[in-house]
Amino acid sequence: MSKTGYTSSEMMVITASRFLKNDAVVFIGIGLPSLAANLARRLHAPDISMIYESGTLDTKPDRPPLSIGDDELSRKALSIVSVPEMFCYWLQGGKIDIGFLGAAQIDRFANINTTVIGNYSHPMVRLPGAGGACEISGFCTHTLIMLRQTPRNFVKTLDFLTSVGFGKGSDSRSGLGFTGEGPQAVITDLGILEPSPDTKELIMTYLYPGVSIEKVRKSTGWPLKIAEPINITSVPNKEELMVLRTLEKMMK
Amino acid sequence: MTEFLSLREAVQKYVKPGISLAMEGFTHLIPHAAGLEIIRQKIRHLSLIRMTTDIVYDQMIGMGCADKLMFSWGGNPGVGSLHRLRDVAEHDYPHHIEINEHAHAAMANAYVAGASNMPCAIFKGYRDTSYPEVNPNIRFIQCPFTGETLTVVPAIKPDLAIIHAQRADKQGNIWMRGIIGIQKEAILAARQSIVTVEEIVDQVDEKQGGIVIPRWVVNAVCCVPKGAFPSYTEGYYNRSNDFYVRWDEISRDRQRFLDWMDKFVLSTNDFSEFMFKLEKQGYV
Repeated sequence: MSKTGYTSSEMMVITASRFLKNDAVVFIGIGLPSLAANLARRLHAPDISMIYESGTLDTKPDRPPLSIGDDELSRKALSIVSVPEMFCYWLQGGKIDIGFLGAAQIDRFANINTTVIGNYSHPMVRLPGAGGACEISGFCTHTLIMLRQTPRNFVKTLDFLTSVGFGKGSDSRSGLGFTGEGPQAVITDLGILEPSPDTKELIMTYLYPGVSIEKVRKSTGWPLKIAEPINITSVPNKEELMVLRTLEKMMK
Repeated sequence: MTEFLSLREAVQKYVKPGISLAMEGFTHLIPHAAGLEIIRQKIRHLSLIRMTTDIVYDQMIGMGCADKLMFSWGGNPGVGSLHRLRDVAEHDYPHHIEINEHAHAAMANAYVAGASNMPCAIFKGYRDTSYPEVNPNIRFIQCPFTGETLTVVPAIKPDLAIIHAQRADKQGNIWMRGIIGIQKEAILAARQSIVTVEEIVDQVDEKQGGIVIPRWVVNAVCCVPKGAFPSYTEGYYNRSNDFYVRWDEISRDRQRFLDWMDKFVLSTNDFSEFMFKLEKQGYV
């Protein structure tokens, strides 16, 4: 806990939850995205449709799950579908609005790596791999990416391109057969980046209260573009913090 | 004709060194007991196939059962790294394994193709990613109708599939409900199959909800209560989130892992003894 009265992880989750509207159909991974969606459902988006990769459609868990396949998710689901149905009909079929992605590395065009750090055949760090990330980034109408902003994560060149954001920028994503429009925002522990409308390069558009421009530049492995004037997000309100902390307690 | 066998007999009969083996269960109904029995029987040189490679394959890879691995995600779900998988990928320990890596959609489609007796699966995806550079089995074709570029991967047709389900009836029909994952496709894509179940009942049908896999695609049924632990069987027991967390500590160090496997797996005769020992030592 910092002197602000909330942590940077809490700020990330609350910021992500604010992106989720009440009528959204959201594809969720475990960790911070799952917390963000469950938070939104308890605040401003009670009717949000949450979909977990394991096949649970429109599930309403009482507590945030530890894994995408928790019994809590299947017991509270409107419908449970098989893995091929999930990937063919719902994802590739373009029936999901927002997909959440995490990443170990991201580049300036919001392409991400969740596969390896180092060389593929002899990796320094073997990461879990793609899972559903390729299809989420390809076929959800929009994606939201959540990761910490450090020079190790925000890199000039990815060690491995697992999921395409905007490829080499501009219109290079179109023509790849993806029906989704690509990343809408990257939510970090320092603020929010959004793609430039024409070049698709990520621009820092929001900082969290108390974060300096110098800090975000130092935390990024490429010359970072920053919106002028830069926006500052609002601090978490009492209700957001209280509900989030209750959710986190339930997971322990 | 479906046979009712003990798990030991079924593994002896069907799991041969060198075969390709798909063990499926997408977070739910993971055939853990079968994985441990394969380790107990020291069967080697397997080509393992599994979408969400998690604890069951971490154990088998760490104990040296695998020569090859096909997967689309490898981790300890909700916890973090899968240490034995990382050790093999990063340091070739206990030995080098040939990795055939995909994304979920590719494997899901490849199982459907296998079940449909197709040579390959067609879908969209992978374009402009690094995967086609490291996996020569990811290729592209043009749709003869629209000219669109499409992705193709070979069908998955394992020698053997193993899954876990809630029930079998006395004829060998399999009944499952909850998160059904990719198990039906895995069974139908495979040449032979083993199903472990929580219990054997007089009769199953879909009027009870859930889905049924008919007996003529099932070679062997083994009654193994709790056989998915630490995964879960809906309607029977919950996921042991606690064990997934503890696996991180058990598997992190090579010797600690080997000692644990020796004590709980190699030194027990079957899954019920394994569970009894886990309970006695406070793991359950």
